[in-house]
Amino acid sequence: MAEITIQDIIKKENLVYTKSKVMTDATLSYCPGCGHGTAHRLIAEVIEEMDIQSQTVGVCPVGCSVLMYNFLDLDMQQAAHGRAPAVATAIKRLMPEKFVFTYQGDGDLAAIGTAETIHACNRGENIVIIFVNNGIYGMTGGQMAPTTLKGMPSSTCPYGRDIEMMGNPLKMTELVAQLAGTYYVTRQSVHSPRNVRRAKKAIRLAFENQKLKRGVSFVEIVSNCNSGWKLPPVKANEWMEENMFPFYPLGDIKVDGEIVSK
Amino acid sequence: MEKELRLMKGNEAIAEAAIRSGADAYFGYPITPQSEVIEYLMAEKPHERTGMVVLQAESEVAAINMVYGAAGCGRMAMTSSSSPGVSLKQEGISYIAGAELPCLIVNVVRAGPGLGTIQPAQSDYFQSTKGGGHGDYRLIVLAPASVQEMYDFVELGFELAFKYRNPVMIQSDGIIGQMMEKVVIGPQKQRRTPEEIIKQCPWATVGKPTTRERNIITSLDLVAAKQEEFNLKLIKKYKEVKENEVRYELINTEDADYILVAYGSSARLSMKAMDLLRAKGIKVGILRLITLYPYPTKIIGELTKKVKGFLAVEMSAGQMVEDLQLAVQFKKPVAHFGRLGGVIPAPEEIVEALEQKIIGG
Repeated sequence: MAEITIQDIIKKENLVYTKSKVMTDATLSYCPGCGHGTAHRLIAEVIEEMDIQSQTVGVCPVGCSVLMYNFLDLDMQQAAHGRAPAVATAIKRLMPEKFVFTYQGDGDLAAIGTAETIHACNRGENIVIIFVNNGIYGMTGGQMAPTTLKGMPSSTCPYGRDIEMMGNPLKMTELVAQLAGTYYVTRQSVHSPRNVRRAKKAIRLAFENQKLKRGVSFVEIVSNCNSGWKLPPVKANEWMEENMFPFYPLGDIKVDGEIVSK
Repeated sequence: MEKELRLMKGNEAIAEAAIRSGADAYFGYPITPQSEVIEYLMAEKPHERTGMVVLQAESEVAAINMVYGAAGCGRMAMTSSSSPGVSLKQEGISYIAGAELPCLIVNVVRAGPGLGTIQPAQSDYFQSTKGGGHGDYRLIVLAPASVQEMYDFVELGFELAFKYRNPVMIQSDGIIGQMMEKVVIGPQKQRRTPEEIIKQCPWATVGKPTTRERNIITSLDLVAAKQEEFNLKLIKKYKEVKENEVRYELINTEDADYILVAYGSSARLSMKAMDLLRAKGIKVGILRLITLYPYPTKIIGELTKKVKGFLAVEMSAGQMVEDLQLAVQFKKPVAHFGRLGGVIPAPEEIVEALEQKIIGG
């Protein structure tokens, strides 16, 4: 019997899954187990399936996903820390026929960029905002984020977040849902196949909504940071289910401009 | 609509020039003494006149980042503000310089530091010409001395910004911004079509077609050696700017023993001072700076050989005078005269300063 080589296996008819054409061949710079790679892939798949690669401009933040432009085969702008919604506002206003999205972490979107986030949402800019919330500053080495949970340790709250001293974790997604300029607001995760499918549907809907010109579609993805949380990937996901989801419950918050959950 | 004569405020001239030069976008936030720029634009409905986007942002920070986004798409984008607001924009300006994007920033300077006052000053010279934000970068800085130049420098500013892919600043002040003068306004230029923009700016992020690699607007390079390479590229660009774009005006310098070096409002005040000095038989000329960066070092070198001394006249504690001293290289006396805090110097004070600090000194 002839020896079977890897080339024999990798044949079109044998493939059940491939990388999206909207992703480049660059190796992801994320830690093993990190949710960013999955979130990137979902955006790439949605753009490929909608066939809007040539009409899409993305804005990446400062943080772990600052190099997102290396991984997505799209025209992209890298914004200053927190300023992506302002940058995206201008891109969309000048090219209203294009699809424009931002991809931002919790520090970027909910701390330093709070004003830009609130006002872009309140103006009802016709953009998609993807908000990856892992409750910590990953890139700078695990410092406290605006979304760090009560009692959760980080390198700048090593004994856990003390609410009296450091204030409360911020539910930015519930906050922007209150604004008249948001049309679709949802919270998803990408830690299980079922959740990946749901998150993809949400991202697809967000991009489809952009054609309606009715305002911001805001997709939060509650994600993990095993390096920052100092947990192995599987444990990190378990910890996320037990601790993050009760405070940041998954599901739609606003659909078609109407609040659907309290 | 051909050339037309109008009576306008400096700030209004900026706004009208923006529309007529075919600008694509203005993003701003109100601050005295330049709020007329956005007020005029909103009243003029440029979205109807030319399709230009005008948006009042939530902050100076957001406004300059909107400029970044628009410029990244190859669009002619601008913002305007006054000193405290321009301080807020510095982060964005640094990113724009770092991403090599063209744009126009107008600073109608008021006195500082801090909230200071709303009265005119020229105390942002260091901020405009030496960087302002973080990192090694320069702006091309134009200093209008009349409402006409407020108008003219908008188009010139955009031209230079796109020529060098670098932010350009118009550094004006509260006098030039608020005063009214006659202005000749030019015909309406057509905004560039999306096709023309792609041709002029092949780097612009407008959506990636299958026919080219993706375009990325960023100022990030994590490899030190590559970042240095980029810094050297910028330095090369600034050298080219210094060689090609120095602009100034010489007034009565042929027979002059003394030179008043000034720009903007100070140059206007120096004109009167020069007349008073000449009436006394003192031969005084003026070097009026039109570009603050690049600085006219070469012509100052030539003047240094002929004259007995220089007086830098500026409404600051002495900022531009440092560049003058560097250009003169201690070969002739150099002094500074300025009033501060929004106080406008009287021509007689300039006369006295030259007599005491240079002629008598």
